[in-house]
Amino acid sequence: MSAINPRETLDRALQELLDEILVLGSMVEEAVRTAVAALKARDLTASERIYEADELINKKHFEIEDRCITLIATQQPMAKDLRLLAAVIEISTELERMGDYAKGIAKINILLGDEPLIKPLIDIPRMADLGLDMLHRSLGAFVAGDVEKARAIPKDDDQIDGLYNQVYRELVTYMIADTSTIDRANFLLWAAHNLERLADRVTNICERTIYMVTGEMRELDRTDDEMSYFEKKYRD
Amino acid sequence: MNLDIHLDTQLNHPVIEEIEEHQIIPAIGTKSLNVFYDDFLAVRDVNLTIEKQKITALIGPSGCGKSTVLRAFNRMNDLIPVARTTGEVLFHGQNIYNENVDPVEVRKRIGMVFQKPNPFPKSIYENIAWGARINGFSGKKSNMDDLVEQTLRGAALWDEVKDKIQDSGLSLSGGQQQRLCIARTIAVRPDIILMDEPCSALDPISTLKIEELMRDLSEDYTIIIVTHNMQQAARVSDFTAFFTLTDDRAGVLMEFGPTTDLFTNPSKQVTEDYITGRFG
Repeated sequence: MSAINPRETLDRALQELLDEILVLGSMVEEAVRTAVAALKARDLTASERIYEADELINKKHFEIEDRCITLIATQQPMAKDLRLLAAVIEISTELERMGDYAKGIAKINILLGDEPLIKPLIDIPRMADLGLDMLHRSLGAFVAGDVEKARAIPKDDDQIDGLYNQVYRELVTYMIADTSTIDRANFLLWAAHNLERLADRVTNICERTIYMVTGEMRELDRTDDEMSYFEKKYRD
Repeated sequence: MNLDIHLDTQLNHPVIEEIEEHQIIPAIGTKSLNVFYDDFLAVRDVNLTIEKQKITALIGPSGCGKSTVLRAFNRMNDLIPVARTTGEVLFHGQNIYNENVDPVEVRKRIGMVFQKPNPFPKSIYENIAWGARINGFSGKKSNMDDLVEQTLRGAALWDEVKDKIQDSGLSLSGGQQQRLCIARTIAVRPDIILMDEPCSALDPISTLKIEELMRDLSEDYTIIIVTHNMQQAARVSDFTAFFTLTDDRAGVLMEFGPTTDLFTNPSKQVTEDYITGRFG
């Protein structure tokens, strides 16, 4: 008989948790991608399906949290094991909220109803692509415990902030030119805002990765994204 | 201009920093402590300062020397014929291993509670009174009654035994016997209480009662505890010292620090490996 590994049960359970986080991450990616594509294509049926997907996301989030609590109660983890569980709980919550953003975008499409988009969507899908790419990489860095990658990813948020400010200015122009577009422009602004917030939450995931590996709990440098446009405008 | 000078003076004022800085008041400490059993070096070069009125846990794998270090704090190793100690154990500025120091006096000031409760085969009352008497207590019986009550209250045992104070100490449950032993130790008003796995023979509720008692006692006493139970060390102690074995089987102090740091983010990989169950 080979030597007994006293951590076999715990190691297996922790690995399963990391796998579950990746599963939840891919569910969220899929939901966001579908929500934005449905908005772009004005596909209401697809948007309604996002509501169902969100319920599955919430369920998975609770399952992950429950597993963490059980492991804390039964295994009394210490040091890095404990930090990993704390990070998983936090990241699962971040992902669940990102799922809510997907649902929010689906809701916007449904609220728009028969009304046409005031313009074809270009920057909003780009924001989604960039944000989802950041999310994908941040979860990869978390599972691999890669601190360097986790530190680098939040810098990409600047591009998304840039796009958000661009969308904002463009939509305001529409609203000024034709007040009948205000409601529809506002809806799109909400969608863009949801995607901007999604990228901010990726930064939180990166912070948790660094915490898990190093024990260092610190906010990564970031600008106050949504305000930067207004700050620049009203600074002087 | 004057205003600037005034501001500078305020900013450089040292008082604020002094208040925030944690002042360590040592209760006892070791300096290059080595303990041998015959030729075998059991503990090598331990330098450790124990803070006053705090609980310090000594943890580590079997054979790492933590109990040996604990016994070195009140010269209990003297009772082992082959044991030999070098280096210093400093208590109130004096090395307790100096020739002119009486080990009995040391043990009066630095008491010990053992793994298995070992009350005397006497009444509960006598378990407290006897130790006080041989340590020079010569007051009236009413004074002794007060001392017994006070001591048993201090060990959170009074309410459970006040109606059967003349019953044998051995009639109590394991957890109560251990609290009686703690009471017996504090009856002589020591500075430091050493505890060698005091809960390993107790059930979970009795264990939690001892841990609560330790918290209360740490307001007046310095406590050093050896425990194999890492959750206990994490729950009860302010500071933790992690000992491990080197290749030649000598025990060494590997890491020492605030318990919260040691159990959430230890600075050494070997500590992390031990507390997360990778060895030991």
